[in-house]
Amino acid sequence: MDRPLRLITANPVDQLARTLEALLVVASAPLSIDELAQAAADDAERVELALGLLGDRYREGRSGIVLEHVAGGYAFRASREAAEACDRLFERPVERGLSQAALETLSIVAYLGPCSRPEIARIRGVAADSAVAGLLERGLIAEAGREDAPGGAVRYRTTPLFERVFGLESAAALPRLDDLGDTAEELRERLHSVAVGKTA
Amino acid sequence: MIVRELELDLDAFEGPFDLLLTLLLKEELEPAEVDMAAIVVAFVERLAEREELDLEACGEFLVLIAALLELKARALFPEEEAELAELEPEEAAEELARRLAEYRRMKEAAAWLAERLASERDRFFRIGPAPLARKPERRLAQQDPEQLAATLRLLAAPPPEVSLAHMALRFPPVAQFLERFRAVLRRRPRFDFDTEVEGLPRVDQAVAFLALLELRKAEEISLAQAAPFAPIRVSRPDVERGTEWIARSA
Repeated sequence: MDRPLRLITANPVDQLARTLEALLVVASAPLSIDELAQAAADDAERVELALGLLGDRYREGRSGIVLEHVAGGYAFRASREAAEACDRLFERPVERGLSQAALETLSIVAYLGPCSRPEIARIRGVAADSAVAGLLERGLIAEAGREDAPGGAVRYRTTPLFERVFGLESAAALPRLDDLGDTAEELRERLHSVAVGKTA
Repeated sequence: MIVRELELDLDAFEGPFDLLLTLLLKEELEPAEVDMAAIVVAFVERLAEREELDLEACGEFLVLIAALLELKARALFPEEEAELAELEPEEAAEELARRLAEYRRMKEAAAWLAERLASERDRFFRIGPAPLARKPERRLAQQDPEQLAATLRLLAAPPPEVSLAHMALRFPPVAQFLERFRAVLRRRPRFDFDTEVEGLPRVDQAVAFLALLELRKAEEISLAQAAPFAPIRVSRPDVERGTEWIARSA
């Protein structure tokens, strides 16, 4: 046999996949398909194909690096197997030690944002200054303009880092607000029954 | 059980309840910063530690916490005061229920996020400055150059001079008293400082005393005082040198 037998045929998007791999390695934030296509000077459809190839190559159990679809883009992360080692390397990830107040503030911004500190305080019933400052410092929320009124308060929105930290593909991956908690009607009835029970 | 001595350990405050009350009333602490529910929990915990129900303490606590809650509510929603006051009780209950429901949903959402965080804790990724994120641009509103110039002119004007008139404290020169005391000693070998400066204003008396010290330093005089606050006797240095009551400067 004078010609070596080729068992695996080269995938037509293999070259593109290698380019995307390189792009994802140098990026510090998730890259959208459009951004990848633009940087690779290729078309979005082929980029998606190549990402499929990479997704299979970089997956849990197969590689120490995992490709994930997060925060509206694609990014590499460490495999979960390596979590302990990463934990020893990282001094303080963004999400460590988030207080209850910070989480409540974060949910308000995530669901109702952009919204201002007074709006957050109104819902939570306590001033939101320190919680907002903490979230800003961690980069989970960012300023997003001001309220319309003159001298309007600064408004905040969640950042792509928020989606990334919580492993959300996008903000739409949050549970529907209507599915959480009681409705006003249910609460009103409960309040009513307490009031009646007391006077009875 | 004394309600005012209830020890609190809150985010915004640590110490006894009555100190918290004082700080709030003196407006040194924002009511909005204080977690009232945590105070209630602290009280109930303390209450539960006791076998008997202390109704008096409960009553006192209710009054205090209700007042605090009102204070806080007013601080949180100053502009809504009028709006809410106009509501019928039924409508107010509706509004309260609506707000509670809103907060409850947010609490649930926070719980969901906390769960999510726990399940995602072994996902590690690179965090760095995002090179692609565009910084939000801050645009200034349209400005009138004339107005800007006028404002700058205002800033450039020197501030009015501060009057120091109220600080005027005119001292007579020390030299005046030096001469005066020397003259007295030329006539008499000794005199009483107190008698000599009697009737002078306090400032003059102080200056006269400085003159006395000055003369003593130059060894032109000797000073003697029989006891603290006794009259100070001034004499020529040769007259009383060696007596017990010479006050030597250190």
